[in-house]
Amino acid sequence: MTSAQLEKILKRHDHQSSHVLAVLQDIQATENYLPRKTLEEVSQRLQVPFTQIYHLATFYRTFSLTPRGRHVVTVCTGTACHVKGAASILSTLERELKVRPGETTADKGYTLETVNCLGSCALAPLVVIDGAYHGRMLGTKVLSLLKGEKKGASKKS
Amino acid sequence: MHLKSPDDLERLRSQLIEERKAQEGKKGIVLCTGTGCRGAGALVVFDAFKKALGNKSATEFKTTCCHGFCERGPITIIEPEGIFYQRVTPEDVPRIIEETVKGGRVIEELLYQDPKTEEAIPAEKDIPFYKKQNRLVFGHNRLMDPTRIEDYLAVGGYQALVKALFSMSPEEIIAEVKRSGLRGRGGGGFLAGRKWESCRQAPGDVRYVICNCDEGDPGAYMDRSLMEGNPHSVLEGMIIGAYAIGAHDGYVYVRHEYPLAVENVGVAIEQAQKMGLLGENILGSGFDFTVTVSKGGGAFVAGESTALMASIEGYVAEPRAKHIHTVESGLWDRPTNLNNVETWANVPVIIEKGADWYSKIGTEGSKGTKIFSLVGKINNTGLIEVPMGMTLREIVYDIGGGIPDGKRFKAVQTGGPSGGCIPEELLDLPVDFDALTEAGSMMGSGGMIVMDESTCMVDVAKYFTNFLKDESCGKCTSCRDGTLRMYEVLDRITKGEGKEGDIELLEEIGWTTTEASLCALGGTAANPVLSTIRYFRDEYEAHIRDKRCPAGVCPALITYTIDPEACIACGRCKKECPTKAITGEKKVPHEIDQAKCIKCGTCKEVCPVDAVKVE
Repeated sequence: MTSAQLEKILKRHDHQSSHVLAVLQDIQATENYLPRKTLEEVSQRLQVPFTQIYHLATFYRTFSLTPRGRHVVTVCTGTACHVKGAASILSTLERELKVRPGETTADKGYTLETVNCLGSCALAPLVVIDGAYHGRMLGTKVLSLLKGEKKGASKKS
Repeated sequence: MHLKSPDDLERLRSQLIEERKAQEGKKGIVLCTGTGCRGAGALVVFDAFKKALGNKSATEFKTTCCHGFCERGPITIIEPEGIFYQRVTPEDVPRIIEETVKGGRVIEELLYQDPKTEEAIPAEKDIPFYKKQNRLVFGHNRLMDPTRIEDYLAVGGYQALVKALFSMSPEEIIAEVKRSGLRGRGGGGFLAGRKWESCRQAPGDVRYVICNCDEGDPGAYMDRSLMEGNPHSVLEGMIIGAYAIGAHDGYVYVRHEYPLAVENVGVAIEQAQKMGLLGENILGSGFDFTVTVSKGGGAFVAGESTALMASIEGYVAEPRAKHIHTVESGLWDRPTNLNNVETWANVPVIIEKGADWYSKIGTEGSKGTKIFSLVGKINNTGLIEVPMGMTLREIVYDIGGGIPDGKRFKAVQTGGPSGGCIPEELLDLPVDFDALTEAGSMMGSGGMIVMDESTCMVDVAKYFTNFLKDESCGKCTSCRDGTLRMYEVLDRITKGEGKEGDIELLEEIGWTTTEASLCALGGTAANPVLSTIRYFRDEYEAHIRDKRCPAGVCPALITYTIDPEACIACGRCKKECPTKAITGEKKVPHEIDQAKCIKCGTCKEVCPVDAVKVE
């Protein structure tokens, strides 16, 4: 992230140190992760200790300190999804992508993530691929989705 | 238009109502585009309607947020008859327009069919899911486009605000809210009026009000749906509360996983400001109030009041000890009153209709209605609003339509991760704050996760404990280590390595975690474990003594076999098995090599004749 880009974000939040969380969220949204250099700059510009920024960045689930993959696969592991088989879908994906939740494949193609609940429990179990919802999932279905056979907007299953 | 007085508002309202009257009886299409329906494809349906109707259509086409019956989304209502079309696809759109909107004929296949009578039900109001509900707070969602403040005004919005600002003193408002018996809907169940009073009486010049929309309980999404679908009702409640308490600044704290709620409340604030319903000198009353939206970072504990305030201040969301209450010293050490979305949305109803009217609904100790999200192994997944005191049986069977696939009900889990599981023998329990606590669970924010015979209660306890160990902020040893140790024991039990004494050990750690933690997260973290031991001890014992998972869930304790009688040797399981554990030829029943099987369940999933058995 360039200094000019960061400046735009800081300006949006009035250069206020209490808005540091919102600043980090904007950086994450732009860069898909929090680059160390940018965080150091935020620390200086907002006069917030770097340790506090690191604390925030590692505390909240939104943030990632490493670059994420080109595609993000998120398995909802909320209670409704869990009782309807989310765990088995997650392990299918772990097997297929050979990563654990929170990790990115070596070729930077995919990041596997979990989320505690997206509040779309009628679609349980739910998998989100690059923002598109795929409801009433099954292990075999998620694999064919991954293989690109059915990519695109979420459709009724 | 900037409204300068209550008369201005009433004039605008009459005008809006007149406009609406002119529309009455005419054809209209209402499409739900709340997050639930969006996930099911509502936006594609939206585009299809837009395209089919074109720009010059005389038919009113309106989008709303959540109607509640998410199981059947995307939902489309055809006015004026209120015809309820379910699971609508873009392909259905031309037919809906031709046949129903233009031709006046109902398309039977798109109607909801009552599974009991197999009768197709045309009108939304006659569907059993809606019949027993009392949609006091949630009902307006269906009538309004949340991004149009005019829609809210047309149904009487901001009337309660006028009443509060111009004919009631702050003390009178607080007395009214106290008398209504309104208890906080976020989990604690504390009397809202009493909280307001303490905040008003706390010394200091600057006060804050906060709306908690961090809704971190998995399986609960009523706050999001209210915020998305009717943000003005929440804002109206907040303004009334702020006036009563004497606050001029408010915050709405929303989870970042709820982008549509963030967007809609932002739009609502902007519109209310433009109209003079927020900002300086609201409606000429002399009262100033502004609201700022703060986005959460995805931490369950951030829903705890002190943690949430720390997060707004730009710190990590860690709770603090509350020997000094937040009503005295909260956000930036000022007196702060925090209520959750649903609590705030109840306030305009109470002020408008009066405490006497309101307190007739509900039970002795819990007044009004409660929105629950009914999810899990239930036929009618969705959001329901019922009077406090309705029995679980009515909720699960009459509204929820019972358990899918003819399976047996086992338990309903209420109160989120720190709630508990309520078994079949307590199905006639009237649901209110006190009854749920007595049964070892709690109201929480209103998630109800239904579980059937194929849900393993030890696995459920492990699931919640895993969640809580991850979400514990780590400040108190009892919570940080207690949840971790309970998880380890549960993990061992589900892997078939449980031993005698494990149940007692869980009870002991659970007790310590409950007693020795600062905030409610730790204080209730043992509930999932303790309540499942209390009601489902036999399942624990089966895992520990017989190394058996009765529900067929825990991989280490189950085996997959193929019933040779039922197998049609189609080869699908053999093709899909990720470890090539299945052997068999054409016309020869297939077999699973147990040494290779990783118990992923793929074979069971793909078997067209249900020949794969789990034991």
